[in-house]
Amino acid sequence: MKKILSTLLFVGSALLSHNAMADDSLYQAFGQKQGLVALMDDFVPRLIADARMKPFFEKANQANLKTQLVEQLCQVAGGPCAYKGGDMKTVHSNMDITKGNFNALVEVLQLSMDAQKIPFGVQNRMLAVLAPMNRDIITVK
Amino acid sequence: MCPPLQSIPFKISFLALAALLTLGTAQAETGKLLLTGGVSTIDGAAGGGLTPWAVIAGPGSAGEIGATVHVTRVKTTDYGLTAYGAAIGIQDKYELSIARQDFNTGITGQLLGLPGLHLRQTIIGGKIKIAGDAVLDSDSLMPQIAVGIEFKSLDDSGLDPTLSALGAKKKGIDVYISATKLFLAQGILVNTTLRATKANQNGLLGFGATLGGANNNYRLQPEISVAKLLAKNIAVGVEYRRMPNNLQVAGNAAGLGDGLRAQDWKDVFIAWAPSKNLSLTLAYVDLGTIVPATTAKRRQTGTYLSVQAAF
Repeated sequence: MKKILSTLLFVGSALLSHNAMADDSLYQAFGQKQGLVALMDDFVPRLIADARMKPFFEKANQANLKTQLVEQLCQVAGGPCAYKGGDMKTVHSNMDITKGNFNALVEVLQLSMDAQKIPFGVQNRMLAVLAPMNRDIITVK
Repeated sequence: MCPPLQSIPFKISFLALAALLTLGTAQAETGKLLLTGGVSTIDGAAGGGLTPWAVIAGPGSAGEIGATVHVTRVKTTDYGLTAYGAAIGIQDKYELSIARQDFNTGITGQLLGLPGLHLRQTIIGGKIKIAGDAVLDSDSLMPQIAVGIEFKSLDDSGLDPTLSALGAKKKGIDVYISATKLFLAQGILVNTTLRATKANQNGLLGFGATLGGANNNYRLQPEISVAKLLAKNIAVGVEYRRMPNNLQVAGNAAGLGDGLRAQDWKDVFIAWAPSKNLSLTLAYVDLGTIVPATTAKRRQTGTYLSVQAAF
């Protein structure tokens, strides 16, 4: 049993360290800035059209939201961008956001990534760098 | 043999519950991501097919209530098992489940002079998530951890005198701890469960044994599942569940040699969730030998098909 556990831990560490490797391969896989802009052009209208997400985003300035999301995804994907928007905790602090809301946004993003023909494995690499933000975004624990 | 009269009311109430949930419950609007609530185990808890995971049943997320109902059919070389049940997940933290199993003993019943013998048990389960998030903590090795308990109770059957002679009880309690981790970037889910149990063949042949000095103590058994997400609604994987073998010594003392030897359970599965409310799981199972005395030591391999509806 001990051996099994240590093997699993080893495999787990290997999986995580690959994930944390600093490179821009994820940015490239998303089609660089151009790909991210196309993705957000699809994603933001979808968010507002989604009954679950609408209350959170309908009052937002869409153009501004797109620009910030492109910068943010570009940065976390290892691209040559600097996200200049507010930090996730501050931005969401005055909203009631549940884990269900967070997951709903992930679902909408998955639909957009599907629509942009981004391969499933590449989608998951992006979700893996975005998912830990749940700790700052979810306000209703 | 007569059909199982006592299980009929249970079946009716189960169907009524399923119909009620189908008609009367609005779909959870937010909830979990697809397949991250696992499927239904044969014992009723959420998990893989044979082993429970640390995930909580149903599509409900924090602050929500979700429920599942399932029907599972397993057909092996010599036996058949039908299992059905329901589970409720509360706040994505607490889970309550009930399952009913009906095991057709086939050739073994015939050779014991009990043709048509079915062994039936009811399993009531509870599970509490105690730490972590299997899906969203993708920057850490920390898994989601849950502890669970399963109360298993065998119906009266023609096998009772045999179980009594072997010193096996008809009720048993399993307790387990599970750790589930989705390595999100790779789409690989790993679950490990450690179960304390006395159950012989999951309880279908009773709990523990005393004849011939058989080990009648609780045993700690590891169970492992590894799954790969091929798409957001399709997963393939393997499971391994170590089983106690307390009946072998008792069987030997009864003059059966190793005719009651139990072996570990394994399966290879594919699960598909066409929607948030439905999942189908198909598996190839290898349950090792089950009463090899009457089945020419044949390994019990075969198919497993499970349908789960979620609300």
